[in-house]
Amino acid sequence: MFVWNVLDWGNYMKFSQEMKRKIIQIAAFGYSNTYLHNFANGQLYKGQWKQFCNPGLNCYSCPAARLSCPIGAMQAVSGSVNFNISFYAMGFILAAGVLFGRAICGFVCPFGLIQELLYKVPFPKRKLWKGFTYIKYILLVLFVLIFPAACTNELGMGAPAFCEYICPAGTLEGGIPLLAAHPELRKTIGTLFSLKACILIATLAGCLAVCRFFCKVMCPLGAIYGILNKISVYHMEADKDNCISCGKCRDICPMDVNPVENPGSAECIRCGKCAANCPEQVLFLRFRHR
Amino acid sequence: MGWNQNLRSKSRMDGSRRTAVQIILLSLTVCAMVWGVYRGEMPIVLNKAVNVCLECIGLG
Repeated sequence: MFVWNVLDWGNYMKFSQEMKRKIIQIAAFGYSNTYLHNFANGQLYKGQWKQFCNPGLNCYSCPAARLSCPIGAMQAVSGSVNFNISFYAMGFILAAGVLFGRAICGFVCPFGLIQELLYKVPFPKRKLWKGFTYIKYILLVLFVLIFPAACTNELGMGAPAFCEYICPAGTLEGGIPLLAAHPELRKTIGTLFSLKACILIATLAGCLAVCRFFCKVMCPLGAIYGILNKISVYHMEADKDNCISCGKCRDICPMDVNPVENPGSAECIRCGKCAANCPEQVLFLRFRHR
Repeated sequence: MGWNQNLRSKSRMDGSRRTAVQIILLSLTVCAMVWGVYRGEMPIVLNKAVNVCLECIGLG
């Protein structure tokens, strides 16, 4: 009787594509940041789950974080004394990218959800110049791949350059809560934190005006997943023959993509808004190729 | 539905090529992960993640 009621409720409730995505995003956010009580005491979760990577961007210095940030993990290993490249973190990111592409950004990235909520704040909205989207590839190559392995100290250890000089997610999720909980840490605030605070403020302002500003401009993880969008198992197909060129898909796309022209675009986060709003149903998101 | 025969066969060819690339890449990435775990990268990640990373939060 109970099972029948649940099934009946499932059929009765018609969740839109966007609502389903939001539920998955919130669930993924909750799973990635289980230890919310740690915000009060300023401690980090120290359990075994931390050796596994989160598919989305979520700072491992966030008190609530259960998993490791894959970009941080990559830099931690490549900056260590013994290794110059992380096969574990790189393999994980590439495997996740081959399976899902940037659907990870659209569905399970905690920082992606934060940006989407920020974009809902009333603020003058802007379109981003496409040239800015190439910045993330430069950041990936220089700050994630080259600097941690090449710029080492006398012990042969490299700094996590992206985390140290750029990542606003680390400042927001890790830096500010830890500084709030530990007065003794505030004495160490210097030029570096000021630089990172400026980057965070600029990023947050960007997120108010441009949907997923960080994803479009700065995210090295999104850059890797974006490259894999063209060959990912979960992909988009467009039936161009039946397209009436109404432009609704292009207008509604939060990532400024034309999905009919370029269904494998590196910017597409597979949110499905275009497919849900297509009057001729010529856009498909699926695992199997047609 | 509205796809003609040529487009459908071309799409199938693209699909099988795509599947082959996916299988090869997935195999390589799984091998990379196993090799990374085998040579001891997970303890490095764990050690970094369970301690406050001062560089990551802008204090280092």
